[in-house]
Amino acid sequence: MAIKRRVTTAIALSITTALLAAGCGGGGESEAPPESELFKNPVTLTWWHNASQDGPGKTYWQKVADDFTALHPTVTIEIEAIETNQLQRTRLPAALLSNDPPDIFQAWGGGEIREQVEADYLKDITEQVKTEVGNIGSAAEIWQVDGKQYGLPYRMGIEGIWYNKDMFQRAGIAAPPTTFEELNDAVTKLKAINVVPIALGAGDKWPAAHWWYNFALRACSVDTLKKASTETVFDDPCFVKAGQDLKTFIDTTPFQDNFIATPGQNDPTSANGLLANGKAAMELMGDWNKGTLETVASDEEALKKFLGWFPVPAISGSAGDPKAALGGGDGFACAKNAPGECVEFLKYIVSPEVQKGYAQTGTGLPVAKGAEAGVEDPALRSILEATTGATYVQLWLDTAFGSTVGNAMNDAIVAIFAGNGTPEQVVEAMKAAARK
Amino acid sequence: MTSTNPTTLDPAGGASAPPAGLRPVRRASRDRAAETRRKWYEIIGLTTPAIVVYVTFVLVPMGFAVYYSLFRWRGVGPPTEYIGFDNYVMAFQDPIFLDALRNNAIIVFGSLLVQGPIALGVALLLNRHFRGRTVFRLLAFVPYVLAEVTVGIMWKLILTPGGSLDALLQSIGMGGLVQAWLADLDIVIWTLLFVLTWKYVGFAIILLLAGLSNVPQELNEAAAIDGASWWQIQRHVTLPLLGPTIRIWMFLSMIGSLQVFDVIWVTSVPAVRSLGASATMATYMVDNGFFARLWGYGNAVAVILFVISFVAALLFQRFLLRRDIQGAMTGRAN
Repeated sequence: MAIKRRVTTAIALSITTALLAAGCGGGGESEAPPESELFKNPVTLTWWHNASQDGPGKTYWQKVADDFTALHPTVTIEIEAIETNQLQRTRLPAALLSNDPPDIFQAWGGGEIREQVEADYLKDITEQVKTEVGNIGSAAEIWQVDGKQYGLPYRMGIEGIWYNKDMFQRAGIAAPPTTFEELNDAVTKLKAINVVPIALGAGDKWPAAHWWYNFALRACSVDTLKKASTETVFDDPCFVKAGQDLKTFIDTTPFQDNFIATPGQNDPTSANGLLANGKAAMELMGDWNKGTLETVASDEEALKKFLGWFPVPAISGSAGDPKAALGGGDGFACAKNAPGECVEFLKYIVSPEVQKGYAQTGTGLPVAKGAEAGVEDPALRSILEATTGATYVQLWLDTAFGSTVGNAMNDAIVAIFAGNGTPEQVVEAMKAAARK
Repeated sequence: MTSTNPTTLDPAGGASAPPAGLRPVRRASRDRAAETRRKWYEIIGLTTPAIVVYVTFVLVPMGFAVYYSLFRWRGVGPPTEYIGFDNYVMAFQDPIFLDALRNNAIIVFGSLLVQGPIALGVALLLNRHFRGRTVFRLLAFVPYVLAEVTVGIMWKLILTPGGSLDALLQSIGMGGLVQAWLADLDIVIWTLLFVLTWKYVGFAIILLLAGLSNVPQELNEAAAIDGASWWQIQRHVTLPLLGPTIRIWMFLSMIGSLQVFDVIWVTSVPAVRSLGASATMATYMVDNGFFARLWGYGNAVAVILFVISFVAALLFQRFLLRRDIQGAMTGRAN
């Protein structure tokens, strides 16, 4: 019962501060200081990232901060590691609103960053990071709004199906499926040897919603998806088709029992726990999955031996580009009033050397050219190749459409999985949310 | 409260006044006036900090919540798009919110009807003298002392598919009873009601035990001498005297059930919650306010929750608590 009051208080307090600060702020655009001004005065950068669990990711970011301080003794970096949802849904919005944001923080591209730019929260870094953007390539576009750069990714990858090679072999599946017909066939064969074909963490909603995203990616043309992302218009019948395809697929019962109660990750009973511990044969998940699989595996060596990856199969005769992939990344952005050193630190994070070290942690795929060598794991290498080979990478739809539409869409998709939703209701929910 | 006050209070001033007895009436009224002033100083001095804190952290945020609830506001940048009561209309048109209302009603009545009798029975038992009574009293209270989040995680682990409850059922040959306790849309609210009962029944027990300790032993003895059985004593002596305690517990339980959040949030599965099966008004508010980033709408839901709790509290006070809290809350001093 205390939470309600706390939440409203937090909101109200942060708003009051925001309104007060808005009155005295607004002193014109802060131009980038000349190169000579940087690193002269002591500066403390606050850095919020989402590697909140102890592991290679968290350790590595600490090392990056320490290394940067060693290079530039005037800069002190204060790290706060916050769980993703808390960071993106509560801490960051409140901090930005109260005009007391961290200097450098986790930023999702697409609809999220567009909203933040429209509210004038972020530093325009277009001029300073031209080299880095050139080196990162098209992935950097997700952190652009109207052609200006507001953040840089450090991790990018496409989604695919992680699978157990041993189980595939035992079931007599010769090669990873490349079409949905082959995938259905594989599901049948896996059931025949009494194996759960696909693990699904529908309890957390988004892992289930990603199946719909992939059907939408196959049913919709790239232009339709681009238009939907920028204008939040969902009139194209392909969005209903995605739900119909999903329903057909669910009807083949490829998932484990009780998938509605199963969490997505980080827990031995979760979907990736099932795959990691040899209780299911496949899981649809992003490139970060290798790291989370290792944290829940009881036998890491066995996992390394059986783990494989293949891209989401194509649907024959659909409007979508079969070589298009669904993906996303994580990036960092600097707050509007952050010191110039913030941009320098951001550039350091995406520099090939730091990126190579990041790749070696195995927690995600690097974005900078020259860091590929750091990717040692064969599964991750195949994702890297598929990412490079994809004709078009569509950002996760819930991120691309923004939180409001994304949340309503995920809820309506989960209703299909629970057996009380329809393909039409998903589109209706998306349209209604866009108006909210 | 004027600056001349200290001089009128000055004893020297009193000494220079006309001799006592000459103007006794005036003298008495002056004393009374000084007394009143002193009382006001005390009232102001003692309550100001509390009032400042209350206004700053309760009334002002509540005012803001009402204000923001009138805006279409996604929480990025200050609110600018005024939409009147549309957020409220939207809430009552959302089937998930109506589900949340229904779930809150189930929890309110479920808590009262299940926890009440259990707590009463246990309290009456624990009020008797027997060896190890203290231990049992302590055990009854343990769940209430545990943090909500701890309780939530614990029960989530027990009730999860293949968790210890399922294992227990299977080991005693009742595997047929195994359910998707937290995922079956028809069952989950009853599962959660069970967890809430487990968590909060200790509070009712301890409250009733405190009430029982106020029942004079002489009454029980007198009844016993008159030949009343244990049951008759409980039924005709103890229970009526326990009335005020029971009603206060009902009041607290009702308000707590309307605003219940922590245990539900931790124990329930997000997907099941978003389908309405295990949502309460408070979880609905957080899901929409933060996760769907509908801040104006979230504030509207908070206001609805507040109004419902407030009205329920007023009605309860007016009709059930009237005798118990006479003078304490209604302002009538008789």
